[in-house]
Amino acid sequence: MTETIESVSNIIIETLLENPKVPRNISADSKIIEDLEFDSLAVMNFVMEIEDKLDVSMPLDRLTDVRTIRDLADAIVSLK
Amino acid sequence: MDIFTKFKTLDSAYDKLLSVSKHDPFGTTIEKTLSATTGIIQGKETLLFGTNNYLGLSQSENARKAAAETALQYGVGTTGSRIANGTYSLHQSLERDLADFFNRRSCMVFSTGYQATLGMVSTLAGKDDYLFLDADCHASIYDGSRLSQAQIIRFRHNDADDLRKRLRRLGDIPGIKLIVVEGVYSMFGDIIPLKEFAQVKKEENAYLMIDEAHSFGIFGENGRGIAERDGVEQDVDFTVGTFSKSLGTVGGYCVSDYPQMDMLRLCTRPYMFTASLPPEVIAATRENLKLIKDHPELRDKLRANAERFYHGLQQAGFQTGPDISSVISVILEDVAQAAQFWNKVLELGAYINLSLPPATPDNRPLLRASIAAAHTSEQIDQLLKIYIQAAKDVCLPLK
Repeated sequence: MTETIESVSNIIIETLLENPKVPRNISADSKIIEDLEFDSLAVMNFVMEIEDKLDVSMPLDRLTDVRTIRDLADAIVSLK
Repeated sequence: MDIFTKFKTLDSAYDKLLSVSKHDPFGTTIEKTLSATTGIIQGKETLLFGTNNYLGLSQSENARKAAAETALQYGVGTTGSRIANGTYSLHQSLERDLADFFNRRSCMVFSTGYQATLGMVSTLAGKDDYLFLDADCHASIYDGSRLSQAQIIRFRHNDADDLRKRLRRLGDIPGIKLIVVEGVYSMFGDIIPLKEFAQVKKEENAYLMIDEAHSFGIFGENGRGIAERDGVEQDVDFTVGTFSKSLGTVGGYCVSDYPQMDMLRLCTRPYMFTASLPPEVIAATRENLKLIKDHPELRDKLRANAERFYHGLQQAGFQTGPDISSVISVILEDVAQAAQFWNKVLELGAYINLSLPPATPDNRPLLRASIAAAHTSEQIDQLLKIYIQAAKDVCLPLK
């Protein structure tokens, strides 16, 4: 396993920035719902993209505790 | 902060919608039904194109008579659940009728379609199992999956290769894998490529459940749905559906060949802890099932109507979903414009459904028309005219 929470956070941020509607100043501490204004469906669809980039499947219940980009990275790393 | 604070965003969105929409798209009242395809809305005779009454059977004479006679004979409710005092021979007869119709061993009848999917998904998948859900599955399937405590994995809509990839990612991890899909998805009316899914199910040694809510009575030589149409019924482990579309009443069912189905009656909570269907509903549903069996021409008429409307929309330049089914959606970009369009359609004399994000795929607002066998060609053409006029009135550019 080579990915760390930091490296996965960076991949998530890079992927998010591909969407022009996402604010440019996001960091690992950005809150996905509040700061990025994602609704629950948008979050689930975005997680699918990340899953494919990192070849991992994240069960939906893991999303319950995810608030920030770092939380999401943490959840993904724990699955690898 | 109070108990309602968490609904503030919803409240603001609703207020914003009503500021651009003269009539409330979520509060439309049908004051009186005149037929399967017309009713009184806001005091005015209106074409009904938003009712899911695909075969027009909510108004069937046979069902109405059977319901009235049964209510006189049995009363209007059972007042108990199926495992307590709520099982009448009528319920068992309907279960036999449905099992026979599907050529399956067993059938469980639920009090609503929502409870059928909720009950089966939540009971069949346990804590150590995996549920693979199409991204666009109905809310009842997602709700059931949460009740199940199983691990839930979404796959891309109607994409069997994506499902295969996600199943394979799990490797040899223990746990049952249950795939849940729908025959026709209710927002765009698009149809599952079921043969491909049946193949993945077999390759990956998973179970397959299909919700035929919007395809039962419509597709397949006998009206059993997409699994029948595609010749893969034997690859489907569980078929769920509702009475509140083609069958014109209310309730839900699950049919299957597994002998353990009877045991599920004792552990499926949405079946056990709710009152069973009233006798008159059961009687009406049985009559309408007979009509579906005996009148295949209803399906032909529905298909012809749906094709007429779909091709008419495409010719006029509207953006539609990819398939022709009983639900035909026009896809718009902007919520305000969609709300205004919906208002115009109502004012011009037709009732359709407005569906808004986040309940819609791709966050796009949809204008959804339910096409019925009972609609006449003239009514279909009238709706097309209304759409074209509404598009002009709200300055919606057509291709």
